[in-house]
Amino acid sequence: MADTHRAVSKLQEKFAASILEVKEDRGDWIVTVAKESLIAVLSFLKAECRYTMLTDVTAVDYLGKKDERFMMVYQMTSVAHKDRIRIKVPVSESDCRIESATQVFGSANWLEREVFDLFGITFDNHPDLRRILMTPDWVGHPLRKDYPLQGPGREPYKGRLS
Amino acid sequence: MGVNQPLGDNVVVTSLDMLVNWVRKSSLWPMTFGLACCAIEMMATGASSHDLDRFGIIFRASPRQSDCIIIAGTVTKKMLPVIQRVYDQMPEPKWVIAMGACACSGGVFDTYSVVQGIDEALPVDVYIPGCPPRPEALLYGIIKLQEKIMNEQNSFGSAFGIGERVSVA
Repeated sequence: MADTHRAVSKLQEKFAASILEVKEDRGDWIVTVAKESLIAVLSFLKAECRYTMLTDVTAVDYLGKKDERFMMVYQMTSVAHKDRIRIKVPVSESDCRIESATQVFGSANWLEREVFDLFGITFDNHPDLRRILMTPDWVGHPLRKDYPLQGPGREPYKGRLS
Repeated sequence: MGVNQPLGDNVVVTSLDMLVNWVRKSSLWPMTFGLACCAIEMMATGASSHDLDRFGIIFRASPRQSDCIIIAGTVTKKMLPVIQRVYDQMPEPKWVIAMGACACSGGVFDTYSVVQGIDEALPVDVYIPGCPPRPEALLYGIIKLQEKIMNEQNSFGSAFGIGERVSVA
């Protein structure tokens, strides 16, 4: 715990201008940063704080609940310190793109493809940005909140009729 | 009075259709093709305690040498072209068994990525309900298919191009 704390305070020192929020939730440290400084933050955590593993990249759709619709989530692990940290980045719907983390962590490659496939967030400078789960000719991004659950062209489920 | 038996009592006379049907239903080779948890039950049916071999049913790992395909599990839209290709590679005559709720109707997966029943794409002969069906249910379904095959008409003639094979429900 103490190590995460140190990483968070180091981040606060170095990226004071671009940190939007710092939160502790049941022992997990969550740092929300601005989109422009994401790569710098990830590189800093990898190089200076020994967070050498990017375990997960995913996104959340806050349709109608927040001003900026999407939130990118990066889960990082420090094997040396046996510790984790979560970096969040808000992404607006009008400018639905973010710099790819593949330049820092190779493991971001397929995870970012999954986010691109299911949420429609474009990753700049990604080496191979294709759909990964849905078929290549699929239209739409199924994990967006406004995507119909039963697919386009089908009447939505209205509850049990019997 | 009665039927003349010019061949005596020791020759079995039957229709060629029936002979062909009997041969077909007694060596029904299903394509080895599992999709989800139903495939585990399908394997259990093939294994020693339920023993599909006693019906002449032997899983065949090539569509070119299969008579029947058991759609055992959830069919996703991404998997559908693969199943269709496997089905198209099977030689006539061929039959389809939809095993389990997902293959019959999509089951609980009423979502954008799942085909709502394999009958949208393939002509299904036997539907087996259950989630997943027990091996007994699959056996019952296969025996039903064998009964259906036994009732087919013109299966001999259609084998060399005289008319169509007629399936009686």
